[in-house]
Amino acid sequence: MSAPVTPELVDYDTVVERYDPMLGLEVHVELNTMTKMFCGCPTEFGAEPNTQVCPTCLGLPGSLPVVNEAAVRSAMLIGLALNCEIVPRCRFARKNYFYPDMPKNFQTSQYDEPIAVNGWLDVELDDGSVVRVEIERAHMEEDTGKSMHVGGATGRIHGAEYSLLDYNRAGVPLIEIVTKMIPGTRERAPEVARAYVSQLRDLLRALGVSDVRMDQGSMRCDVNLSLSPRDSGVLGTRSETKNVNSLRSVERAVRFEMCRQAGVLDAGGLVVQETRHFEEASGTTRAGRRKETAEDYRYFPEPDLVPVEPSAEWVAELRASLPEMPGARRKRVQAEWSLSDEELRDLVNAGALDLVAATVAAGAPSGEARSWWVSYLSQQANNSGVALDELPITPEQLARVIELVAGGELSNSLARQAVDGVLAGEGSPDEVVAARGLKVVSDDSALITAVDEALAAQPDIAAKIRGGKVAAAGAIVGAVMKATRGQADAKRVRELVLQRCT
Amino acid sequence: MSSSEADSELIRLTAAELAAKIHAREVSSVEVTQAHLDRIAQVDPVVHAFLHVAREPALAAAAAVDAALAAGDAPASPLAGVPLALKDVFTTSDMPTTCGSKILEGWRPPYDATVTARLRRAGLVILGKTNMDEFAMGSSTEHSAYGPTRNPWDTTRIPGGSGGGSAASLAAFEAPLAMGTDTGGSIRQPGAVTGTVGVKPTYGGVSRYGLVACASSLDQAGPCARTVLDAALLHEVIGGYDPLDSTSIDAPVPAVVEAARQGAGGDLRGLRIGVVRELGGEGYQPDVEASFRAALRTLESLGAELVTVSCPHFEYALAAYYLILPSEVSSNLARFDAMRYGLRVMPTPDASAEDVMAATREAGLGDEVKRRIMLGTYALSSGYYDAYYGKAQKVRTLITNDFTAAFGVADVLVSPTAPTTAFPIGEKVDNPLAMYLNDLCTIPANMAGNTAMSVPSGLAESDGLPVGLQIMAPALGEAVMYRVAAAFEAARNAADGGPLIQRSNGLEATV
Repeated sequence: MSAPVTPELVDYDTVVERYDPMLGLEVHVELNTMTKMFCGCPTEFGAEPNTQVCPTCLGLPGSLPVVNEAAVRSAMLIGLALNCEIVPRCRFARKNYFYPDMPKNFQTSQYDEPIAVNGWLDVELDDGSVVRVEIERAHMEEDTGKSMHVGGATGRIHGAEYSLLDYNRAGVPLIEIVTKMIPGTRERAPEVARAYVSQLRDLLRALGVSDVRMDQGSMRCDVNLSLSPRDSGVLGTRSETKNVNSLRSVERAVRFEMCRQAGVLDAGGLVVQETRHFEEASGTTRAGRRKETAEDYRYFPEPDLVPVEPSAEWVAELRASLPEMPGARRKRVQAEWSLSDEELRDLVNAGALDLVAATVAAGAPSGEARSWWVSYLSQQANNSGVALDELPITPEQLARVIELVAGGELSNSLARQAVDGVLAGEGSPDEVVAARGLKVVSDDSALITAVDEALAAQPDIAAKIRGGKVAAAGAIVGAVMKATRGQADAKRVRELVLQRCT
Repeated sequence: MSSSEADSELIRLTAAELAAKIHAREVSSVEVTQAHLDRIAQVDPVVHAFLHVAREPALAAAAAVDAALAAGDAPASPLAGVPLALKDVFTTSDMPTTCGSKILEGWRPPYDATVTARLRRAGLVILGKTNMDEFAMGSSTEHSAYGPTRNPWDTTRIPGGSGGGSAASLAAFEAPLAMGTDTGGSIRQPGAVTGTVGVKPTYGGVSRYGLVACASSLDQAGPCARTVLDAALLHEVIGGYDPLDSTSIDAPVPAVVEAARQGAGGDLRGLRIGVVRELGGEGYQPDVEASFRAALRTLESLGAELVTVSCPHFEYALAAYYLILPSEVSSNLARFDAMRYGLRVMPTPDASAEDVMAATREAGLGDEVKRRIMLGTYALSSGYYDAYYGKAQKVRTLITNDFTAAFGVADVLVSPTAPTTAFPIGEKVDNPLAMYLNDLCTIPANMAGNTAMSVPSGLAESDGLPVGLQIMAPALGEAVMYRVAAAFEAARNAADGGPLIQRSNGLEATV
């Protein structure tokens, strides 16, 4: 064997000048069915270890699987939404390998007979261009349990003192969605990968079949990547980077693998076909434990299950029930709300589309609804480190606040206080308004007193205004607003300031 | 009459007779159960049919049946109150389940198999768990990790396998009924060599839920009894659709009790009985063949028309079976890895999980099981799959086609159940191929999934040991099969002056 090559990373621009990346993505999605793939155990995330188990998902001797019809339905919906053909007959197989978190030491998974084949998803990039990603297959399988390695420095199995096993996740239904190789992405490969996963996530969310939480592992992505010398058409050897678990990581993993593989090739080495792991902290990938022999899973048809045979009627019924797909919906919303491409993108990137739509549905004008969710509420979510849709305010509540502003009962600044109150758990907007005593001060005599006090407190500014520097009025308005705890109408205050200075 | 004489009379009754007496409250289920427990205590040190005797739970279950009858309740089933021996391959929440393996020593399942639950619901009294070849792999019960079972007809001989314990418990009058499982003949061949009745129902006819799998696509649970009617009564208790088993058939249980009663009238006119040309000849003990020819004459005398049928692919059944079975075994038995239940061997204090798995499987599984796991692992390996597992599945289809063609010209097919009578313990245990040949006649029905049974057809001239007649019928064709079996049984009893089982030599020796 030759000495291992320790190649340098190649600068990204250089990589894309000289190589074509070939990209493939495998996404595992945990379905949100009430029960597991082959038994009646609940699937809820985060329960006490080993409390959601039964003889079947523990693989106890004598137990048998029964296919969950709801999971088949979700698989079919996903297949249909991805423009796949739903096959009239398919089977499960057994994938045999030993691992402590796998109760039967085989995984029941579809293999050569997936339920959905040959589809596509049109993926829109930032500049509005569209890449068609072809889908090879979507198939059903069961999740494994979880191992927790205790002791040792790394939290990995190597060097651990002991390991704990939690089988709550064992048997949770998974759908694996596999793309065909995506050719011609060139310098946009990382962006295409990210956009695909992101838009697939939106689609799955729209279908309501999964929580699609990458942070909780209910959506997981493997990135397959190879390089071929530019325009050669020669396929390179690919690496498979496992468990890339955020959109940003998908982009970084593709980019890193391109730079790494180019380095290997430039140094005269060969890319090894291997499984790699993405390192979140450094944005790099590292080789998994090298196996001495190739894994042979000894697949064979699962004899404990009968074939799944979705009827043509069922397929038609599900096809008819498909909700509007996110891409089509974005286009419709853009037209209905008269948004520029940029405004639409901001809306989508903020994860606010559904929230704005719901706020509009609750009676608010789209402009106000959009502005609240994309700016003020996005900031609040950002500050408290939660997703926008996890903020404790409902679209209906926001719509009520917007209604109060439109009716002149709240100023913009008071409206923000009302929203803050809702976020702080003080109740509905009306309750917050009542409890905090929020109302626009429209009584001029009270305002005039406040204006006069502010002018007296800052005589040099008052002099400037009187000298014709109207812009200086802002400082006095600010002082009055502060003194009235924002309850004054700022426009009226400004008028009064100018009046009192003439 | 002394109580031991009364006991000895009770244990010789059939299940149907016992049920009639219990339901008429001439005798209590507790008395019947006690008689069988006494018998077990008396003869099982020699026979070793049981791995576990559930004395207290059995008496409690019997008392519950008696109490219900005393309260005027109708019997929960036609067999309520009758004791039964359960093969140690069915899970039982109140008894260990070992499958004859060290790797499951002491394991108490947290749940009942569907068969176990149906037996309990029907008021049957489970006496205990019977011995078997480890994970149902073997034809002699010598591959039990807990020692062999002896044939009550001659205690130097094997009782068949894998369900030797269940069959021997019947022949030794330790139980009037027993449950078995049949993957390649494990109910029928023990039935043949112990002079008892054993039925492999249609695949999917009895739930496999809680039956610890040997080979999932071949395993089928079924009744073992001393008479055809008793087998039919038990068949109706355990049979029928189970939503927990995806391969179970959603159809009514065939009316086998009615068929058995009708058949006992002895009229087989209008029935065509097919003699399978390929099941006989070389390798068959001459007096087994003689017994088979006598059986054909009996069937003819009952009015049946005999036809010869050819099933050319049966020749390949054994070879294909020994690819499919080990393949499924290699996967089914992977779960015995010391992580969750059963034996755990720590080879060194700092052993890895993989080390523990390997050491446990090395220590906990027997040679025959390991042999089949290795065969199956090889047959499923990439590059070999098509040549072995794939081709074996094609042979399976051809065997099914052979059956279909044969059932086009015959209502049932017949053959000897096993090529020989019970052989001496130790004779074949080191010669797996010779052992595998025992199942030559029984394997085709497992491969095709149709139903088949063995019924006693007399004693071999040379050794005086029981011989079985195999009757095979189409899928869900149990009724016609039981009818033929019951007619044949009645004719044999008339010719022999009573059931042959009452002449068991080994039984006399141990009384």
